[in-house]
Amino acid sequence: MTTTSTGTPARVVDFDDAVARFDPVMGLEVHVELSTATKMFCGCATTFGADPNTQVCPVCLGLPGALPVVNEGAVESAVRIGLALNCRIADWCRFARKNYFYPDMPKNFQTSQYDEPIAFDGYLDVEIPGAGDSGEPPEVFRVEIERAHMEEDTGKSTHVGTSGRIHGADYSLVDYNRAGIPLIEIVTKPITGAGERAPEVARAYVGALRDLLRALGVSDVRMEQGSLRCDANLSLRPRDDAAQQSVPFGTRTETKNVNSLRSVERAVRYEICRHAAVLDAGQAVVQETRHWHEDTGITTAGRPKSDADDYRYFPEPDLVPVSPSAEWVEGLRATLPEPPAQRRRRLQQDWGYSDLEMRDVVNAGAVEVIEDTVAAGATPAGARKWWTGELARRANAEGREVTDFGVTPAHVAELDGMVGEGRLNDSMARQVLEGVLAGEGTPTEVADARGLRMVRDDSALEEAVDAAIAASPDVADKVRGGKVQAAGALIGQVMKQMKGQADAARARELILERLSPPE
Amino acid sequence: MTETTTPAAGEELTRLTAAAMADRLTAGELTSEQLVHAHLDRIERLNPVLNAYLRVDAEGALATAREVDAARAGGEQLPRLAGVPVAVKDIACTEGLVTTAGSRMLAAWVPPYDATVVRRLREARMPILGKTNMDEFAMGSSTEHSAFGPTRNPWDLDRIPGGSGGGSSAAVAAYLAPLAIGSDTGGSIRQPAAVTGTVGAKPTYGGVSRYGVIALASSLDQIGPCARTVTDAALLHEVIGGHDPMDSTSIDAPVPPVLEAAGTRDLTGLRVGIVSELTGEGYQPDVQARFDEAVAQLREAGAEVVEVSCPHFRYALPAYYLILPSEASSNLARYDAMRYGLRVHPEGVDRPSAEQVMAASRDAGFGDEVKRRIILGTYALSAGYYEAYYGQAQKVRTLIARDFEAAFEQVDVLISPTAPTTAFRIGDKAEDPMAMYRNDIATIPANLAGVPGLSVPAGIAGDGLPVGVQLLAPATSDERMYAVGAALEARLAAQWGGSGSVLDRAPDVSALVDAFATTASSADREVTA
Ligand SMILES: [Zn+2]
Repeated sequence: MTTTSTGTPARVVDFDDAVARFDPVMGLEVHVELSTATKMFCGCATTFGADPNTQVCPVCLGLPGALPVVNEGAVESAVRIGLALNCRIADWCRFARKNYFYPDMPKNFQTSQYDEPIAFDGYLDVEIPGAGDSGEPPEVFRVEIERAHMEEDTGKSTHVGTSGRIHGADYSLVDYNRAGIPLIEIVTKPITGAGERAPEVARAYVGALRDLLRALGVSDVRMEQGSLRCDANLSLRPRDDAAQQSVPFGTRTETKNVNSLRSVERAVRYEICRHAAVLDAGQAVVQETRHWHEDTGITTAGRPKSDADDYRYFPEPDLVPVSPSAEWVEGLRATLPEPPAQRRRRLQQDWGYSDLEMRDVVNAGAVEVIEDTVAAGATPAGARKWWTGELARRANAEGREVTDFGVTPAHVAELDGMVGEGRLNDSMARQVLEGVLAGEGTPTEVADARGLRMVRDDSALEEAVDAAIAASPDVADKVRGGKVQAAGALIGQVMKQMKGQADAARARELILERLSPPE
Repeated sequence: MTETTTPAAGEELTRLTAAAMADRLTAGELTSEQLVHAHLDRIERLNPVLNAYLRVDAEGALATAREVDAARAGGEQLPRLAGVPVAVKDIACTEGLVTTAGSRMLAAWVPPYDATVVRRLREARMPILGKTNMDEFAMGSSTEHSAFGPTRNPWDLDRIPGGSGGGSSAAVAAYLAPLAIGSDTGGSIRQPAAVTGTVGAKPTYGGVSRYGVIALASSLDQIGPCARTVTDAALLHEVIGGHDPMDSTSIDAPVPPVLEAAGTRDLTGLRVGIVSELTGEGYQPDVQARFDEAVAQLREAGAEVVEVSCPHFRYALPAYYLILPSEASSNLARYDAMRYGLRVHPEGVDRPSAEQVMAASRDAGFGDEVKRRIILGTYALSAGYYEAYYGQAQKVRTLIARDFEAAFEQVDVLISPTAPTTAFRIGDKAEDPMAMYRNDIATIPANLAGVPGLSVPAGIAGDGLPVGVQLLAPATSDERMYAVGAALEARLAAQWGGSGSVLDRAPDVSALVDAFATTASSADREVTA
């Protein structure tokens, strides 16, 4: 097997050029770790971050003689996910064994579902931002769901050595705490027709799925912790606007474990550019898995993959079939949350955001966090301002989520309240946020520690105002003469003297009061 | 209690049925410690040659025995079999006691947990004497495929005791245990019972938990009792049977009333069907003769006997030898040297990869029969062959289940010889696996359909070796086979006289063992000289 070494970029074609001549076809496979208290087939705990190999038992270690028992809670989550994705729910389905050898898989087969998934034939409508920058309403794109099935996670290998991969490692460590954690794998049908917007659709789909799963309360959906993982399949076919749907698909690659929304978009975009270069050179795309490198923004070759990979699936004889009754399924349907797109429209109305503002909120992935912030007492405008401002800038620059920086909805609500009460002005509030980001405590703690507080005692302010007027008699005269705009220079001096800890509006009031023309 | 027992009195104790042991313990005429000692003494003397036990847990068994004796002395109410010793096939996990499944792969593996069936033995306060020999991972019909040497048949030390559970049946037949646990995937309890002159039951699939019993073929494996009488088998069946939430395929219903059924003597009104496909050609003539006599006994006991046809049974063997290896190839994948079991570093490789260690360990850890079946199963499950092999075999399985359903519409119980021949000689079929596979021709259909089966002794063939007959009942109606088995056993006992056991007519195993040891050591001397 030949592998391109990490960081060596392949030849790529400019994206606009690539999508002008090729039609991208995507297939997205998302693995979701369910947040059930216990594992898929045993009673072990699923807490993230426990000491290695402390959440294990004979079943999830695959000891001789151990047998699986299905976690009913996981089946319930699977059905709810299927329903939320507008899928049909199987009235009878089985688990199957997917046989292959790997040290992090205790039984050397994964208990999964094969040709009888619990949910199938659904769709998810996702919104991508309107074209252009002038706030056109979002476009709705329907992503068809092939299936959602239940399976168990594998253990986690750490390869110790220079390569960081199993090949060339000095030794490897395996933590089986993750082995047997319930997973739902959600597979789309081939996504066609997105054209140059394919990378955005991929991102929007994973984002919408994440929002949906969070609203369902079935998973932590923490991409950085691996509780939501995306594999992106991509192929290109020649563009033929007259009869695009009849052009056969090209050879696909599968980029594994793309672990942030931004990376999903970047990885798809990169693969479009790389495939186009391969095809332009008259070469064949190699069917293989690809590794995504977050730092360099490229993919490198992994293991060759063929449709003939033989996992020797057969129905799992140690488990009885799962047969959810129609009544039970309908009961679960009644527990489904409002669909995210519908919910977004409702929230936009409640919060009084413009389409453009809502678009920024959606792009920043901040709908949920703003909802929580408003619930914590913030004004919708305040909540939006903080989450789509500094925090969104940082998140975007670092490829992370707005909620990843230790700032909570409660913090933002507190900050917004302090501004509303007039305790902080805008620039002070920014400093307080910096303090919270730096881990100095809650907004109140930061403001107290840094001595940030708007001066409410007018005497100091009046002194400063008088001093400013005395220092700039020319300006004062202009204001007296009716040139009210000239007061700005005086306000600036006042704020300077007060070291910024003054309410600029109040200073303006006082200046105009003193310099008003005599009656 | 520390009263000693003379060797002769100890011998006498081991001859008791489990039911009689339980009665004497309850009456205070006997202590569990005496019973355990009597068995340990006999094991010490005979096992070096018989090789029925792979491991004897004298300390553990005596500790349980003393606890039971103390509890009884203290007036505690105890389960019926409390204090009655039992042997466990080395396929069921015993916490803290090496469990090998007859394989080098697990030669030193100590389970950290008890199989459900073992837990139930402990809850019944039964001292566990040790772990019995078996074909590696239960693949075989002779116990020759154990990595730890063959078990010898107490009737003739040059012959096989059946398999895969030859150790359990030989132990029971040689009075090294009154009761033993077996597992039956295609006949591994019933065929050894037949060729050792003992009783063995394969309950309905799901009747006894498989949790903690090392899997061969998950959809076929079933755990059951080995004993010398139908009543003893029923007693043990009731201890180990019943629902277990740890086994998804376990039946959520009470254990069928097998002990009560074992009291049956009169079969008036009962319909018994001879399976025409499981008699005649291919069956040793005197096996067939004992079978015909057993059928005559059932008629005399009041049963109405008819012949029924199960036309798809002729496909049972090929279907079985596709399903079993397929499931086994997957079940045995876990033995990869990564977490437990044998680990072998490949020769001449400086820094072996995980895959190289897996390959070297599996090569060294598995015997030929295991490798043969893993290869067969891997092939049968492969893309492009799945439908032709595994898929077809599953269809045959459905047809066999329908044959049983149709048959049980006409009759209450089916009957056949348990095995087509008496015990063959050790090494006779080593070069011809198909010949060995054919020994399970009559027992396999029950596993494919999940119905229960019972083998009871039917007498002795011209070669002086025991013959068994098999009774088959509908799923979850295990009590029916016990009823017919008990009635047959009683009639044959009356005919044979003495204690009524066919084992009375076995040669004295102690004498055989002494003679064998002498020959073996003189052979050794010849070799060294
Ligand atoms: Zn576990």
